[in-house]
Amino acid sequence: MYAFTYHRPTSARQAAGLLAKKEDAKLLAGGHTLLPTMKQRLASPAALVDLSSCADLKGIARKGRNVVIGAMTTHAEVAASPDVQEAIPALAYLASHIGDPHVRHRGTIGGSVANNDPAADYPAALLALGATIVTNQRKLSAAEFFTGLYETALEEGEIITKVSFPLASKAGYAKFRNPASRYALVGVFVAKRGSEIAVAVTGAGEGGVFRWPEAEAALKARFTAKSLDGLKHPAKGINADMHADAEYRAHLIGVMAKQAVAQATGKA
Amino acid sequence: MANVTMTVNGKAVTANVDPRTLLVQFLREHLRLTGTHVGCDTSQCGACVVHLDGKAVKSCTTLALACEGASVTTIEGLASGGALHPMQEAFREHHGLQCGFCTPGMIMSAVDMVNRRGHALDEKTIREDLDGNICRCTGYHNIVKAVAAGAEAMGKGAAPVRQAAE
Repeated sequence: MYAFTYHRPTSARQAAGLLAKKEDAKLLAGGHTLLPTMKQRLASPAALVDLSSCADLKGIARKGRNVVIGAMTTHAEVAASPDVQEAIPALAYLASHIGDPHVRHRGTIGGSVANNDPAADYPAALLALGATIVTNQRKLSAAEFFTGLYETALEEGEIITKVSFPLASKAGYAKFRNPASRYALVGVFVAKRGSEIAVAVTGAGEGGVFRWPEAEAALKARFTAKSLDGLKHPAKGINADMHADAEYRAHLIGVMAKQAVAQATGKA
Repeated sequence: MANVTMTVNGKAVTANVDPRTLLVQFLREHLRLTGTHVGCDTSQCGACVVHLDGKAVKSCTTLALACEGASVTTIEGLASGGALHPMQEAFREHHGLQCGFCTPGMIMSAVDMVNRRGHALDEKTIREDLDGNICRCTGYHNIVKAVAAGAEAMGKGAAPVRQAAE
């Protein structure tokens, strides 16, 4: 790691002040991407602003027809939350399958969302559920927020404070994980809200998380895994790497989508 | 350099460290608690697992400064009064190790598993929850047996680790 100065504000407001004042500062959430990246010297911020003591960025609350999760809430907390388990069980399930138990004790929803790793789990849930990303400056829909590979609509000095998930009548998540990294080789989150159906795919897109309109149309006719029979996602625009080629990943999208629907309809 | 104060295995410690210091370096190099190992140094292998405020974390991916005011328990903090912790005893009894390098992390993860899930752990749960711990001798079979036995033993009156350390 290259040298940096370390700062630990106690509120999002203080954090924003430090971020604006310190040159080349970066926010530290759970640190499970940033610290390994800094160790490899692929990132070398001059200052780290650690958000772990910002109490206003933590916690889970039911607000009307939404579940609101503070940016610094860990994956373990989301997975174990009775509120999340009751309101959107698929989201608790997703959180309980990120990384391993130790990673889930440190990793946070805000960190995951801000990093927008193309193989991360949360982006699929945010996009399919139509979540709102609340920052210290504005509110963004998930569709506006995720703009590309490791890219988001966040501006300089902007801090995610919470993510608000509208309740879904049915939701399910299935991922084929890389057995070593436990990232999604392909992950599909399916959500039904009223007559609206969303199928979001992570791990597979060259540009990060994306929706699969053909599957959504098929599910609109009838929300059952059978509706996806014979439906194939094309391999064009799909990631290929040492773990899986584009054809294999494209095939997995169909398989995971069916599993996600089966989970959402209680037939998994 | 910056000051950091935390409680390690029940004792308050203060030090002046480079902000780059990882928790595992702090434990091993400053406090000479070398039971916590560095295996991969990339948050994969789990040899460096310690408890931070009662939760298992990878100390190779945690800054020492981020532990200001926190309570840390390492493998050295498990045994009390010269007697092994029930989980350590179970690893010995079931030979849950071959070379032993992964053992401190395995044991800290196992105790965390009991804290989260209770004393009756089936094989599937244990294997799933040991996801973040790699044994390169591939000695998992006896590790899983040891965790199940240790979990049960912890339920029979043996104090959980958090209390033991505090």
